[in-house]
Amino acid sequence: MLTLYGQELGSRMLLGTARYPSPAILADAVRQAGTEVVTVSLRRETAGGRSGGAFFELIRELGVRVLPNTAGCHSVSEAVLTAKMAREVFGTNWIKLEVIGNHNTLQPDVFGLVEAARILAGEGFEVFPYTTDDLVVAERLVEAGCKVLMPWCAPIGSAMGPQNIAALRTMRAHFPDVPLIVDAGIGRPSHATIVMELGYDAVLLNTAVAGAGNPALMAAAFAKAIDAGRAAFEAGMLEPRDMAVPSTPVIGKAVFS
Amino acid sequence: MTYIVNGETLESSAKTLSELLLALEYEGDWLATAVNGELVHRTDRASHRLNDCDRIEILSPMKGG
Repeated sequence: MLTLYGQELGSRMLLGTARYPSPAILADAVRQAGTEVVTVSLRRETAGGRSGGAFFELIRELGVRVLPNTAGCHSVSEAVLTAKMAREVFGTNWIKLEVIGNHNTLQPDVFGLVEAARILAGEGFEVFPYTTDDLVVAERLVEAGCKVLMPWCAPIGSAMGPQNIAALRTMRAHFPDVPLIVDAGIGRPSHATIVMELGYDAVLLNTAVAGAGNPALMAAAFAKAIDAGRAAFEAGMLEPRDMAVPSTPVIGKAVFS
Repeated sequence: MTYIVNGETLESSAKTLSELLLALEYEGDWLATAVNGELVHRTDRASHRLNDCDRIEILSPMKGG
C-alpha cells in the first residue's frame, strides 16, 4: 500500500491526462491502468466555463483523486498563484509543483522550486515537487515541508528512461522514509520496472501512455511493469557477480570416467 | 470600464467580479479567478469591486501531465 500525505492508494501508477487522442481513450487508459491519481492542469477559459466544465466532469466520473499541477509556470509567484487557484477549483491541498527553469529541457528551476514549496507548505498545501535527481535540492525540499519527492529520470516527454540510476539509487538510500515518485522521462514499461526495482514508491507518467498506438493497452502494460518492479524490490534481488555459480548442486554428481 | 480578461482588453459596465463573469456568460463552479495577480475566492466575487484597467484571470480545469 502506498501512502501519500496520509492518503492510502492501491496503485503505484499516477497518470497525466494530456495528449490523448480523445477523452474516451483517456478514460479507458485510466481504467486499464487502475490508477487512482491523475494529474490535471489549469488554463485560461475561453468558452465561458464550458470547456473546463466538460473536462472536469469527465475526471469526476472516473472517481479518481486529482493532483493539480502548476505546469508551465516559470516563476515562484506564478506557481504559487496557480496552486492557490487550483485549490479553489479542485478542493484539494495536493499540488504537483512545477517551476520550470529551462525552455528546452523543461528542467526545474530548483531554486524557485524550493522557495515556492516553502511558501505553499506554509499555506497548508501538500506539495509534490517535480525536481531533478540532485540530493541537496531534495534535502532542501524536505526541509521546506515536502513529504513526497518527485525526481525526474529524464526530460519531460523525452521517453529516454532513467539517465542517472546512481543518483536515483542514492536518493532512495538517503530518504528511506520519504515516498519517492519518478516523474518525467519514462518511455516504456521496462523503464518503469527499473525505477521500481530501485525501490521507488511510484511512477508518474503521461506521454508514454497517451502517445502509444493503443493507450489503454499501454496503460495496462505499465501497470503490470510497475507491479513487477515493486514485487521484485520487495522480494529482494540478487546482486550481479563476475563469475559463474552453478545452479545445480555439485554434490552427488555421477562420475562416468 | 476597461478590463484585461485573460490577456484580452474589453469594455464592460460590470462593477464587481461576479457581475463581470455574468456579463461574459461564464458559468459553473469550477472556475478560479484572480485579479491583479491575487486569488479572489468564489465567495468573495460578489463583493470584489473592480477598478479600471484591472487584470483578471479566469482559469478552469484542463488536461495536463
